[in-house]
Amino acid sequence: MKCDACSNAEASVFLTKVIDGKMQKVNLCPACAKAKGVADPASFQWGDVLSGIGSSHDLERTQKNLKCEVCGFTQTELKKTARLGCSNCYKVFSDALSGMIKSMHKGTSHIGKCPCHFRAEREKKELLSNLEEELKTAVESENYEQAAKIRDSIRILSSKENPKENQPTPASSFPLPLS
Amino acid sequence: MKLSRIIANTGEWLTGDGPQRHIVVSSRVRLARNLRNQPFPGWAKKGERIEVMKKILPAVEGLPEMAESFSEGMESLSPLERQVLVERHLISREHAAKGAGSAVVMNPEQTLSVMINEEDHLRIQAILNGLQLEKVYEIISNADAELEEPLDFAFDETLGYLTACPSNVGTGMRASAMLHLPGLVISEQITKIINSVNKIGLVVRGLHGEGTEAMGNLFQISNQTTLGESETQIITRLNKVILQVIEHEQNARMSLVESRPTMLSDQIGRAFGILGHACSMTSKEALNLLSAIKLGADLELFPEKCRHAVDELLIETQPAHLQKGASAPNMDAEERDTLRASLIRSKLSAIPAPDHSRLPKPPTTQIPD
Repeated sequence: MKCDACSNAEASVFLTKVIDGKMQKVNLCPACAKAKGVADPASFQWGDVLSGIGSSHDLERTQKNLKCEVCGFTQTELKKTARLGCSNCYKVFSDALSGMIKSMHKGTSHIGKCPCHFRAEREKKELLSNLEEELKTAVESENYEQAAKIRDSIRILSSKENPKENQPTPASSFPLPLS
Repeated sequence: MKLSRIIANTGEWLTGDGPQRHIVVSSRVRLARNLRNQPFPGWAKKGERIEVMKKILPAVEGLPEMAESFSEGMESLSPLERQVLVERHLISREHAAKGAGSAVVMNPEQTLSVMINEEDHLRIQAILNGLQLEKVYEIISNADAELEEPLDFAFDETLGYLTACPSNVGTGMRASAMLHLPGLVISEQITKIINSVNKIGLVVRGLHGEGTEAMGNLFQISNQTTLGESETQIITRLNKVILQVIEHEQNARMSLVESRPTMLSDQIGRAFGILGHACSMTSKEALNLLSAIKLGADLELFPEKCRHAVDELLIETQPAHLQKGASAPNMDAEERDTLRASLIRSKLSAIPAPDHSRLPKPPTTQIPD
């Protein structure tokens, strides 16, 4: 088994951690284990061991000449600093980042606080998916009256999402100019 | 407001009496925020950093909490002033090294501070004494909500708030508490506690955070991960663990009082003796001895009022604070050690010697005739 950090040497140090029933495993060669301070249990931090692991593989696999069109940050910089150039870099380097982020965190998607405008959108999406669920149950239980009501609410809600498509074009709503 | 006026007052979090004050020194939460599609400070050119700062600064200064704030570009702070802010945990060591294009804004109570262009465009921090992480989060969350109006924060539906380092994405939040754990250190249980806290995805660090040594039996416990758990979940989990550590510390102290009262009395008495008579003292030695006095105050060997003096000394004996107080710009370490010892001697002269009879078994045995 190869070392997860350098992927060159044979791994001989095996670490396992369980959080909330989720198991994470890291295999390291003696040199990398020493470099990451695993030998001294009093001082080593699991996160420090994990950070960067997984990323080296991903970075090798993905395109080497990727470059962020917003800030000019490159794959090489990412590999060197393990930091990003700007918020757009998260899109550009998403392939390389996914492994890194997975190994660093408890989950892969954000739960918790959102900026206000996102919150409104998210709430609408949640409401829509709830309504669709209700519609399904209503149809299954042959409660067609209820189903029609739900369908109407869904229509109203989704029309709000794309206001331009469902509203009359501005031109037609204006009185025609007098000739 | 001038920095000197801010520094003249010890922060609210240093002197107040928050919950669990005997063991938890302070609770702190920081949020990392960035502007959309603007290069992060570490990658931005100087001109770009200044541009970003110009956008952020008025928004931060406009916060109601910042009505009488101190706000300054890092380039106009002297190295000594920066170090004072680091010692008060108001800015990070990394931020202290920044120059033009970076700034710091803080309220007079020193409970809310914002670093502009540290590793991220904004690092918002709130701090209160004792264990009150929920309240600290409330303060910081309100400030964050007000800032998102004028500033376009980088946010992704899946990854949450986007940060310069992928280890901070998601909530961008690090919540931490500073704990004074002499009982666990003396009874040699601290390594075991640190290891088990590390295993559940939380981190224990020394006094000044990442990569610093634990001095004065002070330890910081914080969350390691920021993605996949909500702010409230992180804080609840952290709180639960801190309460458990507090319980272990209390048990350790109780069993020391019962089984080794002489050793405890001896350590506290010796600390009192050395602090009261030494003529030269390093900050590390001062921290460790003051920790023993703090423990003595917790065990009621000293009157309640001396606790405040000890807390003040813990801050004032740090190198930059000493130098600032002495208004001598170029002191060497040796001169500081002398000044530190004399400051401690004069403050301690107001405190009576430890009352060893407070411990259950009086440590002095009768000398036979």
